[in-house]
Amino acid sequence: MAISSRHRHTEETWMRNLFIGVSIAFIGLLILLPVISVFTEAFRKGISFYLTSISDPLAMSALRLTLITAGVTLVANLIFGLAASWLIAKFNFPGRNLLLSLIDLPFAVSPVISGLVFVLLFGARGWFGALSNHGIQIIFATPGVILATIFVTFPFIARELIPLMQEQGADEEEAAVQLGANGWQIFRRVTLPNIRWALIYGVVLANARAMGEFGAVSVVSGHIRGRTNTLPLHVEILYNEYNFSAAFAVASLLALLALVTLVAKAALESRIRVEERPTLMEMEQVES
Amino acid sequence: MTRLRQHSVIPGFGLTLGYTLSYLSLIVLIPLSALAVKGAAQPWAQFSEAVFDPRTLAAWRLTFGTALIASLINAFFGLIVAWTLVRYDFPGRRILDALIDVPFALPTAVSGIALTAIYSQNGWMGRWLQPLGIKAAFSPLGIVIALTFIGLPFIVRTVQPAVEDLDPAMEEAASLLGASRLTALRRVILPALQPALIAGFITAFARALGEYGSVIFISGNMPMKTEIASLLIVTKLEQFDYAGAAAIGLLMLVSSFVLLLVVNVGQWWSTRHMRRIA
Repeated sequence: MAISSRHRHTEETWMRNLFIGVSIAFIGLLILLPVISVFTEAFRKGISFYLTSISDPLAMSALRLTLITAGVTLVANLIFGLAASWLIAKFNFPGRNLLLSLIDLPFAVSPVISGLVFVLLFGARGWFGALSNHGIQIIFATPGVILATIFVTFPFIARELIPLMQEQGADEEEAAVQLGANGWQIFRRVTLPNIRWALIYGVVLANARAMGEFGAVSVVSGHIRGRTNTLPLHVEILYNEYNFSAAFAVASLLALLALVTLVAKAALESRIRVEERPTLMEMEQVES
Repeated sequence: MTRLRQHSVIPGFGLTLGYTLSYLSLIVLIPLSALAVKGAAQPWAQFSEAVFDPRTLAAWRLTFGTALIASLINAFFGLIVAWTLVRYDFPGRRILDALIDVPFALPTAVSGIALTAIYSQNGWMGRWLQPLGIKAAFSPLGIVIALTFIGLPFIVRTVQPAVEDLDPAMEEAASLLGASRLTALRRVILPALQPALIAGFITAFARALGEYGSVIFISGNMPMKTEIASLLIVTKLEQFDYAGAAAIGLLMLVSSFVLLLVVNVGQWWSTRHMRRIA
């Protein structure tokens, strides 16, 4: 402690001021300015134009598709995240590290390629392109949008849960088995309460990406207005029609979502630090 | 089943193993192998035509060049920002820290149109740059700005923990031995932060290579001039040239896998190296 307080004295003030000044200027210009501009551009033509833009039927149908897509995506990836983290954290088996790397794979795939792979599978000249002859439309339809979104958010929830559950170990679950609990009871009464904040954290991050995804969805959607347009795609269409104020009005909804996500993220991070603290059982083990 | 794992009393091994592997295969492995097969299973002449024709070559140069410049800018400023956030306390520090994550959370299309509005000739920044003869939007410079925006959190969030882990005693020792602040920075601090800085740099670079949403609005998308590789894939798909799109896509995928592999191997090596020293 003595060293660090003395260290603060030796730190030249000019250097401190320079670093703080450069940081504020850089973040202000690069990051804060675009965020502010979304809202000022959105209200440039007044509040009534803003309200008309976001309540437009096409904007509404884009919002509906975005909500449906995010809902299906989150449920699908939540079930997967729970299964994968249970498997990896509670059991020891060969190939566990390989499985971990494979789960992270979608993080390394760029947005356009995440859409491209599904076009190669289900597009007119794709592996399963014949499906569309039987009336099953995947690409340029809602299922394609959902598939691409599931792909890009695939690791989010699993990645939050796996390290936490690995750290917590399996002692409490093993104790529950000794006491005669079945699998579902163990999961609901023992595991879930221990991981709930990390789980919500993963869902919040995955939701932000699911609602905001652009590149992957843009490739598979076909941009059919009122049918396969999500909110980010609707922003693009309005913008390309030089309908700037309406584009920014819709974009401001997405920016608001991003800001809410960041606040929720900060609030959850303090909760998760509590979850990572040793549980009562571990502390008793340390004492004994 | 029992031979596959160490004995455990907890139920659910078979169920979760089966579900995890099936879901992983359906969503990730089969689609990615479709890209590998479509991309690789074509005559070499056709593959090289798609990947090395003049328009695509120009796109590669632009994509790699702008990603490199943006990541270098971020390495420099990201280091300063990470240092400031960890070492100094000042009003607004927590807000500044929260703002770092905005590029993660803001949808790329929103970042794209906002940056374009700011840097086009009537925008908040563009109107100052215009008289200086600097054209920011609809030029490679605009692409660099967008890639700097999306890449910054990767550097800051990788370097921040490394700054926190720095031992102040080491700097103290350097100054007791008569080293000036700058010498300490060059000889003690930077070498200690180097692994994290390189890891953050490569991750930001890999992310910038594949970026799409924030770039296509500000770039203007002129073939040979401001057209990035991701956009070429979209163009090829719109022309139903699946093989060409898959060829470019496969090359991009392989480069980003190689980059991330380098990061992982580097981190593994540096933790091993650190342990050996300690």
